[in-house]
Amino acid sequence: MNFLDFEKPVQELLDQIEKVKQVGEKGKVDTTGTVKDLEDKIVETRKQIAGKLTPWQKVQLSRHPDRPYTLDYIEALTNGTFFELHGDRNVKDDKAMVGGLGKVGDQSVMFIGQQKGNTTKMRQYRNFGMPNPEGYRKALRLMKMAEKFNIPIVTLIDTPGAYPGLEGEERGQAEAIARNLFEMMRLKVPVICIIIGEGASGGALGIGIGDKVLMLENTWYSVISPESCSSILWRSWDFKEKAAEQLKLTPEDMLHNKLIDGIIKEPLGGAHVNPQEAFAFVKEELHKQLEKLLKNDPEKRIQKRIAKFCAMGAFEEKK
Amino acid sequence: MADSWFQRIKEGITTSTREKKETPEGLWYKCPSCKKIIPSEEHVANAFVCPSCDYHERIGSIEYFYLLFDDNKFLELSTEIMPTDPLHFVDTKNYKERLKATQGSTGLNDAIRTAVGPMNGKGVVIACMDFKFIGGSMGSVVGEKIARAIDYCIENKLPFVLISKSGGARMMEAAFSLMQMAKTSAKLTLLADAKLPFISLLTDPTTGGVTASYAMLGDFNIAEPGALIGFAGPRVVKETIKKDLPKGFQTSEFLLEHGFLDAIVNRKEMKNKLSHLFSMLMQGKQEEVS
Ligand SMILES: [Zn+2]
Repeated sequence: MNFLDFEKPVQELLDQIEKVKQVGEKGKVDTTGTVKDLEDKIVETRKQIAGKLTPWQKVQLSRHPDRPYTLDYIEALTNGTFFELHGDRNVKDDKAMVGGLGKVGDQSVMFIGQQKGNTTKMRQYRNFGMPNPEGYRKALRLMKMAEKFNIPIVTLIDTPGAYPGLEGEERGQAEAIARNLFEMMRLKVPVICIIIGEGASGGALGIGIGDKVLMLENTWYSVISPESCSSILWRSWDFKEKAAEQLKLTPEDMLHNKLIDGIIKEPLGGAHVNPQEAFAFVKEELHKQLEKLLKNDPEKRIQKRIAKFCAMGAFEEKK
Repeated sequence: MADSWFQRIKEGITTSTREKKETPEGLWYKCPSCKKIIPSEEHVANAFVCPSCDYHERIGSIEYFYLLFDDNKFLELSTEIMPTDPLHFVDTKNYKERLKATQGSTGLNDAIRTAVGPMNGKGVVIACMDFKFIGGSMGSVVGEKIARAIDYCIENKLPFVLISKSGGARMMEAAFSLMQMAKTSAKLTLLADAKLPFISLLTDPTTGGVTASYAMLGDFNIAEPGALIGFAGPRVVKETIKKDLPKGFQTSEFLLEHGFLDAIVNRKEMKNKLSHLFSMLMQGKQEEVS
């Protein structure tokens, strides 16, 4: 288990519980009461932390090393039915973008999402969740297939950005993302997008055009990461906390500015504290949204999707 | 607005401050590429392209409208749309003040102007970004003006030209800026449904969220020679790969070679090439305007 600096009080309490248990076992003393008190204290502490999270702390939580990633959600949601599909049919299989079919209850769903790794080796294998153009093209291929078979699409977004490398530029990173924005606008099937971790810029938006765009409670979504924003606007890496505040990148801010459609609850302390509960919250929301969206006429759904994105922006009209 | 370009030429404002110091008369243009000095008049008559080395000077909407519309005749659209500061963004300066200062120094409302007018006698809507307005960054106003220009095309059955010149999304409007990529792409699907042609003209520089949305979505993607065009900026790519970048990386010529442009067109021929393309596509469906 890993602990962020502001999670330290919880870590200390967990250590105390361990000690109490050990002492109890050695001395054959009943410690149930003490352990229960400490556990209550943990809940209380977690509530206190959650109640005053800063935007930067939310960013840290979205990148928590123990946080579940895209495939963890898919496996849990599809209950053993997931069939992963590979390749863009042109260049290669991008390991930073995964996708495939699975059943959520009785409903077939096409899942697509950026994938991060949880060991050094896997992080490299997944390119830190930063797709190349072939990742976006693989995503589009799978979305078109889903459309053909009238299967709704769920995208799970978790990326520090599209990969800014040499080959990505050669193969048209910008074109690949732009094409997805255009094509996703008029997909005839329902599209639900969920930000489960980091929603960084065009790399996130490239699979982020949906009838419902939802954010998990401890995630962020913006045009740039706080670190890069700090380095560009303040010309120093030291203003990331300030940049995180200024960017209004939390789910609450995004909902307030009408740039997303809703927020999905996380377990107390974050998805990493109780992944099973996090999966259950997402599953419940998916059922709810899919049921509603599947009832709508495809043309109306597309019109509504387009109108929603066209309404985004803040400007003045002078007389 | 339509006359101000002539005013600017008279006052010699087309030469940048950097060159002004070196050219005593102010009515001279010094090419930053080959360093040749020519009369400003000649430079303007040559579409702001150096006659010696073909260097395409960075120009703005005033100059593009002058070059592309017949006799500089056009009606500017959506002039009432003004930027705000929705996030109360403060970095080293506050955004509201930055806007006011930039509006004052450039005479522009924001980083794009949109207009309708005749191009070789046929009506066309042109949207043109202005790099000197906060690096041509795309915020809510840029998105909204493009959206309304597309609506205007659909209502009046006109073709659309969008001239990009931008460092990408405007950070001070954060996610509002990001969503302009989605918004403009959404509108372009409607333009496509109306079967009206869209030429994306990419000029130096076009990077970031602008490239990753409308600039790459033209029925025709056309660039001026030697323009920097990319998703990530060259500095970022260099830091990522920790190697020097190959020569000509992310230039118009590089993009053409890799299959992302239909053509590279010299600015001197731009107007005729664009109207030729439209006339072939619209096959007599274009109204004569004068
Ligand atoms: Zn020259």
